[in-house]
Amino acid sequence: MDAILQVVSLRKNFGGVVALDDLSFEVRERQIKSIIGPNGAGKTTLFNIISGIYPPSSGLVRFKGKNVASLHPHVVARRGISRTFQNLQLFANMSVLENVMVGRHCRMKAGLLGSALKLPRTLVEEKLTVDAAMELLQYVGLRDSAHRPAATLPFGKQRLVEVARALATEPTVLLLDEPASGLNVRETEEVGLLIQKIRDTGKTVVVVEHDMSLVMGISEEVLVLDHGRRIAEGPPREVQKDPEVLRVYLGEDIAHAQGAES
Amino acid sequence: MDLSTILQYIFAGIKIGSIYAMVALGFNIIYNTTGIINFAQGEFVMLGGMFMVMLSELMPVGAAFPVAVVAVVIIACIFEMAAIFPAKDASVITLIMITIGGSFLLRGAAMLVWGKSSFALDPFSPGESIDILGARVEPQIMWIIGVLAVVVVLLAIFFKFTLTGKAMRACAANRAAAGLCGVSAERMVLLSFGLSGAIGAVAGIVITPVTLVNYTCGPMYALKGFAAAVLGGLGISTGAVVGGLTIGLMECFGAALPFRGASSYKDGIALLVLLVFLFVKPSGIFGRAAISELKKF
Amino acid sequence: MAVLLLVPRFLPKPYHVGVMVWCGIHSLVCMGLSLFMGYCGQISLGHAGFCAVGAYMSGILTTRLSFSPSLALLFAFIISMIIASAAGMAALRVTTRFGSPPRLATVAGTIVSITVGVAIGLAAQWLTVRWGFRPVGSDASGIQTMRLSFSPWLALLAALVVTLLLGLAAGMPALRLRGHYLAMATLGFGVIIYVVVRADPGELTGGPSGFGGIPRLFPEFSIFGLVRNDEERWYYFVWGILIVLLVLLLNLVNSRVGRALRSIHGGETAAKAMGVNTGKYKIQAFLLSAAMASVAGSFYAHYVRFVNPDPFSLVLSIEFVTMVVVGGMTNLWGAIAGATVLTILTRYFRVFKEIGLLFDGLILIVVMLLFSEGLFVGGARRLSALVRSGCSKIRYLFGGATKSA
Repeated sequence: MDAILQVVSLRKNFGGVVALDDLSFEVRERQIKSIIGPNGAGKTTLFNIISGIYPPSSGLVRFKGKNVASLHPHVVARRGISRTFQNLQLFANMSVLENVMVGRHCRMKAGLLGSALKLPRTLVEEKLTVDAAMELLQYVGLRDSAHRPAATLPFGKQRLVEVARALATEPTVLLLDEPASGLNVRETEEVGLLIQKIRDTGKTVVVVEHDMSLVMGISEEVLVLDHGRRIAEGPPREVQKDPEVLRVYLGEDIAHAQGAES
Repeated sequence: MDLSTILQYIFAGIKIGSIYAMVALGFNIIYNTTGIINFAQGEFVMLGGMFMVMLSELMPVGAAFPVAVVAVVIIACIFEMAAIFPAKDASVITLIMITIGGSFLLRGAAMLVWGKSSFALDPFSPGESIDILGARVEPQIMWIIGVLAVVVVLLAIFFKFTLTGKAMRACAANRAAAGLCGVSAERMVLLSFGLSGAIGAVAGIVITPVTLVNYTCGPMYALKGFAAAVLGGLGISTGAVVGGLTIGLMECFGAALPFRGASSYKDGIALLVLLVFLFVKPSGIFGRAAISELKKF
Repeated sequence: MAVLLLVPRFLPKPYHVGVMVWCGIHSLVCMGLSLFMGYCGQISLGHAGFCAVGAYMSGILTTRLSFSPSLALLFAFIISMIIASAAGMAALRVTTRFGSPPRLATVAGTIVSITVGVAIGLAAQWLTVRWGFRPVGSDASGIQTMRLSFSPWLALLAALVVTLLLGLAAGMPALRLRGHYLAMATLGFGVIIYVVVRADPGELTGGPSGFGGIPRLFPEFSIFGLVRNDEERWYYFVWGILIVLLVLLLNLVNSRVGRALRSIHGGETAAKAMGVNTGKYKIQAFLLSAAMASVAGSFYAHYVRFVNPDPFSLVLSIEFVTMVVVGGMTNLWGAIAGATVLTILTRYFRVFKEIGLLFDGLILIVVMLLFSEGLFVGGARRLSALVRSGCSKIRYLFGGATKSA
């Protein structure tokens, strides 16, 4: 399995603040990789750069061999990288179904004229889109809420809508930004199962998370960031025991104690 | 062009530019405290002039001046309490529409009260134009420049050295944190409107002896004052003054350009500047892009 | 969506019909504006500028410009070339869609395409000269040489093109802006157009007093003798076009394009991340609304047959935004309702013209504070909530009786 996503020497400065500092790592195809780190470590900045929301100050992001680092977000989406957002960015002015259908936008062709005139070709495509979106909602278990305004759903379900919407773009790589944030234990488990289900359909999933049970439970590899730098990378077990990781998360004294024990 | 003509244009530019600068300062105060652009700012200028005209029939200029200013301040505060405060958390479009509505309201009221005619005011100090290096300069211009300088200095002192001023700056920088320190955001917003009203009124009073005042003159001042504010950097006081004077000068020199009909395009100059800056460098001359991105919108 | 067929008004006086014509013209602008502001979530305080461009272009091209027939022929030739190449390319796409045909078919197909193209080109040329131009009197030499000027329809088309170009020039940089900045940029744009038109560049616009003598848009027709006067003709014309456009726009709103626009309103960053080219769609919405404003402006010019700068001031732009907001921004029907209601109010309260401005301002503030979603949407919702609570109260009173039985 090759590296489908490669981050090479990525650097990002905001004024005087260094958000990402010479970061490099790889994600292999059909892998579930988690990115963890204390708040302010640069995880969301990383996602924003990969998905094209802003360009890096220097460095590359290679997707299927080609650099996507300075492309517009919608081009990145069309190429096959999709994402969800940490603070939920659903379209509150639309229904659940319509939200997911927006995800289908880049895989559809209907234009201004065809839509206004309701040409047969456009109508057929629209029907197919509705069906595809409903199928995705079925996939995440929200088929019954399809026509409700997206903002009226409970928080956990809204997260699922975002996932369905991201999946609608038919991505090769899916970036999930804190998918379990705000969810209870049971919901978190379901998210874990969903992520694995997604991976089993052939997609690559990169997850930024704080919930350790989720991270340790489903990841094949974990990347630990602190202050924009990689401080550890590897299978969950190894990372758990890494002294640097312990120091960053638990502080000097406890890390020392842990180190002394193991 | 010879020196005296150039000087003539320069003084004309400074004359009107000072007004734009004061309007821009008014914009900045409200913007800094609330993040709103107050489209009714021009009306404060107009009302200042109108009240002054009305009051100077009843009392000497020295007394009419402060009374007129106070009148406008009261109106500005009522506007804030009635229209802005209830719309605290509204969307940008709502707030824009409300201040525009306020501008219409004040203009309509002015039309009802004073009618559609234009009014004039006697210059503050009588006498012929002063001759400076061949340029004929009205004494009122000296008053205008002086008033601008006083306003700028007073504002600087207020914001830097008084507790209330610092409280307003705190509120502008971080409302929640300021609240935690005991600064009442509502009172600061009210104060900012009052202050802007005062500055606008002063500008209106001081320009009326030179140009007539009329119920429709508000929007142009607002537009050009806003252009000045954007030019200098929204929220930055040095920028407001520089921006205002620049636009004033550009207008006067632009009207003198050799091609036919140039003077009719005078009004468009400020707007063109506005558009150019909005398109190219919205943060203005003195602003930094990173900061302006962090602002409310 | 209920089919709200407008019953033709058999109103007593032509004046009232005239008011309805104005409602229609304003609704045209507001529908477009609603698309841009409500559905796409942007703001424009400069749409009066587009109306002005439409009106003035229509006026200028039909009255102030005239040229010799040979020039008109050249013009027609250019237009026909454009149409012919478009037709040829369409023909090519149709023929190649079914796969690469064998060589004989390709040759035959090319010959057919060329023939069709030339035929269409010639037809277009003849049509353009016949319908696109009208005689406008002799030139200064006194000889009875025919001079031609644009016909109203061609002028309308030309006005549309100019508006779109202007909209593109202004829109491309402007649509990077948001909130107050976008509002001021559009405001500045609208006022600049007003200032330019007023300043009378090249003696074309007639300065502050404008000019008249604009020809009619359509001849004095009558449907089965039902149309009594010009006001009614215009009424049917404007509202007819309005309904057609409404249907088209409603289709658009519920399609991929409409969803893209609404997603921009819902969250531009998320929309981008989901593959929506927000820049492209914002411009499209902007240009569409500009086009509708331009057409409305052209209608104005041919209805009133006189143009001057005064109506196209900042106040008009604000009035449009007010109409859209009052009717409910995210609602095409609301745009029409808002435009109609406000136009009727302002026209009938002309008696109270004194209070006009004050009234406008008051309405604006009150509506924004109370019904931030617009009277049509917000008001309807409150009304239905009231009705529902009333019904449940009634049901409670009677239901209690039946349940206990």
